[in-house]
Amino acid sequence: MRGPEPTIYEISSPGRRGYTLPELDVPESDIPEEFLRDRLLLPEVAEVDLVRHFVRLSQKNFGVDLGFYPLGSCTMKYNPKVNEVAARLPGFTKIHPLQDPATVQGAMQLMYELQTYLAEITGFAATTLQPAAGAHGELTGVLMMRKLIHEGRGEPHRTKVLVPDSAHGTNPATTTMSGLQVVEIPSDKRGNVDLNELKKHLDDTVLGFMLTNPNTLGLFDEHLLELTHLVHEAGGLMYGDGANLNALLGITKPADLGFDVMHINLHKTFSTPHGGGGPGSGPVVCTEELAPYLPGPIVDVEEHDDHVHYIWKMPEHSIGRVKAFWGNFGVMVKAYTYIRMLGAQGLREVAENAVLNANYLQALVKKTYPVPYGFRTCMHEFVAQGKIEGAEDVRALDIAKRLIDYGFHPPTMYFPLIVPEALMIEPTETESKQTLDAFAEALERIAEEARTQPELLKTAPHEAPVRRLDEVRAARYPKLKDVPGME
Amino acid sequence: MSDYIFLDDRRYAPTHEWAKVEGDIAIVGISDYAQHALSDVVYVELPEVGTQVSKGDPVAVVESVKAAEDVYAPLSGEIVEINEELPDNPEWVNEDPYGKAWFFKIKMSNPAEYDELLDVEAYKKVVEEEEH
Repeated sequence: MRGPEPTIYEISSPGRRGYTLPELDVPESDIPEEFLRDRLLLPEVAEVDLVRHFVRLSQKNFGVDLGFYPLGSCTMKYNPKVNEVAARLPGFTKIHPLQDPATVQGAMQLMYELQTYLAEITGFAATTLQPAAGAHGELTGVLMMRKLIHEGRGEPHRTKVLVPDSAHGTNPATTTMSGLQVVEIPSDKRGNVDLNELKKHLDDTVLGFMLTNPNTLGLFDEHLLELTHLVHEAGGLMYGDGANLNALLGITKPADLGFDVMHINLHKTFSTPHGGGGPGSGPVVCTEELAPYLPGPIVDVEEHDDHVHYIWKMPEHSIGRVKAFWGNFGVMVKAYTYIRMLGAQGLREVAENAVLNANYLQALVKKTYPVPYGFRTCMHEFVAQGKIEGAEDVRALDIAKRLIDYGFHPPTMYFPLIVPEALMIEPTETESKQTLDAFAEALERIAEEARTQPELLKTAPHEAPVRRLDEVRAARYPKLKDVPGME
Repeated sequence: MSDYIFLDDRRYAPTHEWAKVEGDIAIVGISDYAQHALSDVVYVELPEVGTQVSKGDPVAVVESVKAAEDVYAPLSGEIVEINEELPDNPEWVNEDPYGKAWFFKIKMSNPAEYDELLDVEAYKKVVEEEEH
């Protein structure tokens, strides 16, 4: 397990192969000269080499199936295996996106019902399943807002989008990509959006406000209703970043809180694989007023006397397609399965246990590490600081690396930006009290190590396949290609 | 707090840029506190020569292993020169923030703006507050 795994190109040997083709049963035709290359750099390996290479790589990987993964803001909950069983059903895997809709009514029914469930869970009127990830959903939502305000309401002078300083970096990025201007709004001392600062910017150039609620500090904004009211009064729209929806399931509906449009991360809240295990899916839900602007086609239903028929429908003022075909369908099957397995009561319990776990862990961690907003009840996550009294040289990074030796994935570090040396911890609802206790104990022991043998932290991890990586060197002198013979 | 270097031959913006005036030209960089807060700088993006900037405009970007931050123009005017060697040597920002790691030079269109910037004592207070 130790040491780096060679790349597939280093294992390659000329002429070796892992396949045999059947005899040619169609007329042979030559590839035109201009498409041929002297040297095509493809690895040549036998099947056994290929399998061993990737199995070895997978053994070096850390995933949610291997251990606790409290990566704040990412909702790395366990992904139930029943989701995979459903997604592998041949009726879902052996269809083609260009098939006649009459032959894929089951798949379309699933999409239609998922659209309906997501709208019901969030309180909105309509859904698109097309966006492939959260940030893609953000871009979709903001483009819809822009089209409604600029064309629908005839107010093209509105080009300002307000974003709190605790926001995910994708919010300002989305705004800029949409050709709009970002205005950053600071947080107040309790971690809410500073309403006095907000009021200074609320004029007739405001297109909208992008808010994550609960925010990245794991806090529910205490003035949320006033905030959404103020933005609406100024003629702007409220965008909801659904990254932290896990805390709200079955408890409250974002539409009731005054949001106009939001994205949902199926790969966070609805237990589909995440990160390297993706792909993601970032459906967008919206109000009646924004519904005609949704990207399409979306699935609609026609009622007949004895049956229903699902059809593709382009919303009237649609911003157009945002993805080829219909979105990441396999992910939708998994999220649908999750929702159906849990039901309404089960989804509510997800949120309750996610919040309970986070508060339990916050209470334990607070004994050893500063938690700047620890005087408040948190929602699904909280932000501690990697600062240890008596070990001033030790940083959040060192604590995170040492956690790897204890068998835990490190929390999100150095985010949100408004908390120095941030360690952002999200346990999720799927972890037991034993796991949370063990994690808190590891953090306590690491604090003790930091005081007595700080070198242990500075040189961690010691038990991982690779030791401390030189991230400064990697960023300053990136080696982007490692293919022998390739420039 | 006492660890940071503050120089009194220049003025500072609350967003941690420094500006040093030579005639009608202001040389701009980021403070020692700023480079400490960023940690190891790995990337610097500079504006184009000839760009007209207003005080407060984001004109350059500095990235470390921890964060990416905008660098704001502390003064209005025209960018007349950039430190072309800096993008290839981002570590200079950590090694010598007040010298080798200057970012750009502005030909000031409103030199009175310089006097509105913070003197070293006022800037120390800003840093103290951020450290709290």
